[in-house]
Amino acid sequence: MSATIDLKKTTTRDLNSRLQNESAAPAGGTWQIANVRGHHSVAVGIDRPLTIEIDGNTGYFCAGMNHGAEITVKGSVGQGVAETMSAGKVHVTGDASMAAGASGRGGLLVIDGNAAARCGISMKGIDIVVKGDVGHLSAFMAQTGRLVVLGDAGEALGDSIYEARLYVRGAVASLGADCVEKPMNDEHKEELAELLSAAGVTDVPVEAFRRYGSARKLYHFNIDNAGAY
Amino acid sequence: MSNAPRHDGWMRTTPRKSATFDDYAISEIRRAAATGIYDIRGGGAKRRLPNFDDLTFLGASMSRYPLEGYREKCSTNVTLGTRFAKKPIELDIPVTIAGMSFGSLSGQAKEALGRGATLAGTSTTTGDGGMTPEERGHSDKLVYQYLPSRYGMNLHDLRRADAIEIVVGQGAKPGGGGMLLGQKISARVARMRDLPEGIDQRSACRHPDWTGCDDLEIKIEELRELTNWEKPIYLKIGASRPYYDTALAVKSGADVIVIDGMQGGTAATQEVFIEHVGIPTLAAIRPAVQALQDLGMHRKVQLIVSGGIRNGADVAKCMALGADAVSIGTAALIALGDNDPALEADYQALGTTAGAYDDWHEGLDPAGITTQDPALSSRLDPIAAGRRLANYLKVLTLEAQTLARACGKSALHNLEPEDLSALTIEAAAMAQVPLAGTRWIPGAI
Repeated sequence: MSATIDLKKTTTRDLNSRLQNESAAPAGGTWQIANVRGHHSVAVGIDRPLTIEIDGNTGYFCAGMNHGAEITVKGSVGQGVAETMSAGKVHVTGDASMAAGASGRGGLLVIDGNAAARCGISMKGIDIVVKGDVGHLSAFMAQTGRLVVLGDAGEALGDSIYEARLYVRGAVASLGADCVEKPMNDEHKEELAELLSAAGVTDVPVEAFRRYGSARKLYHFNIDNAGAY
Repeated sequence: MSNAPRHDGWMRTTPRKSATFDDYAISEIRRAAATGIYDIRGGGAKRRLPNFDDLTFLGASMSRYPLEGYREKCSTNVTLGTRFAKKPIELDIPVTIAGMSFGSLSGQAKEALGRGATLAGTSTTTGDGGMTPEERGHSDKLVYQYLPSRYGMNLHDLRRADAIEIVVGQGAKPGGGGMLLGQKISARVARMRDLPEGIDQRSACRHPDWTGCDDLEIKIEELRELTNWEKPIYLKIGASRPYYDTALAVKSGADVIVIDGMQGGTAATQEVFIEHVGIPTLAAIRPAVQALQDLGMHRKVQLIVSGGIRNGADVAKCMALGADAVSIGTAALIALGDNDPALEADYQALGTTAGAYDDWHEGLDPAGITTQDPALSSRLDPIAAGRRLANYLKVLTLEAQTLARACGKSALHNLEPEDLSALTIEAAAMAQVPLAGTRWIPGAI
């Protein structure tokens, strides 16, 4: 099945209602969404493998809680793209505003441009590949999953990080509390190569990246560490 | 002849303890000096606060007609979420069970809460740990909390919830995040939260993907889009600035507002936070109702009040002040068996006593409620505990009805501030009802 939904002619409510309805949008279908014009909550809560192409810039929470769809945004996205995604893929050809992939539990988020502050905040298993830079406090309280940044990272990267793995090619302005640089072993190079490949990056060697993660010093409260906060 | 007193007692004064440096303050200074860490505990504010005991009902007399107790109807049902939700929640009684997490509570305790609430015709609420089968399976109506941590949050559970409660804050700690210490992070709890087992877990105080009420309006719209506009969206706020917070919650598009006063409990937080942040429940209701009235939204956006509700009088007083329902947490745990004097020997072994036990974060609860230890949690029979909770909820309802009938009201919702009188100047000011025997309402909102 293939269809186009024009948001000049219908509403976000109608769009989501159709895409969330299995009989209206059975698995395997391809959908084009036109004239998005910054609408919020576009293509949220889809729990099937649909292929969705969004033509234009979106507002907040595009592809929120995605659970299986492959969504491409030909443009930039507002705050909280793919928040709490659990499966599927979201690909943004432009830039992403704050909190991209926030609290994501699974799936892959690829941002061709830059991502603003708090990219990957509270991530819980999602993989995120940003081809440009990420803003400050990215991977804040990141629990699990992987964040790959081909550009630079802003201040306080990985603040209060748990078990997420961070790979950055460019400069890191500063590391947050309990985030440290870690050695790149073979297993890390292997997983990084897989992530880059999944994001369509074929011309960047894994050796160009440095790995960051948790020092695990704040996992148990100790008064002598209070100054770290 | 000597002027010396004939008894030794004349020579010295009675030892006098300081009202400022009382036994508790001194013991806390010593504890802090010995450990180097602040005190963490569960529960809500324990100190004396102006509360519902400082109000009394003005029963019917010459100018008001009472209803016959046990004979004339006094309805108790309430519908929550009538503003936007396609499927509002219908409850038989206006007393709901507040959010308490699996993790802070045992699976058995969550099941018991579900069983008791369902028997009584009301709802339960998840907490900062996701939705468990025990809870969903035994709760006819389940409110799914949407917290800053988003632990366990997923589309499937969101859609099988009956309502969604966005937690901005709670009365025990407005402005604070969650805390669950390593002793309670079992393998199952860790898996549900995507965290390593056994670590001290401190969850966020701010939501990861929105800041401020302009963002929240968009977030609420997203949640509605995710759930086909079916679910009522609650917004839970710790009582600190109830007038403005309520107004902003209405502006953000909430269906239901939950205001939690400083007596409201927590699983674990710093003592200094519990006792020194927020305002009493009594003081939070009228400003919240005033905000709703000023916006023309009273009874259209429903108001749930929580924090220190103990009996049917408290329920009736909240409703007379303008609430649509109340929510209980600590009282529900007591009904399940928390702090049972029958377990005194166990409490003594923990260095405390029944009625004072609040180290819920340590996971050693002899009643099997605030623990993840399989041996301890198996002590709680969820069926019997659920029955006790249902009994207690029924008593709350009967007591509230008794008071409403005495005021001539055929529905709990018909109670009004005019039915109340205050016994203290503080209560008169906070509840905005006259001091008993006067027409004086101190202060103005």
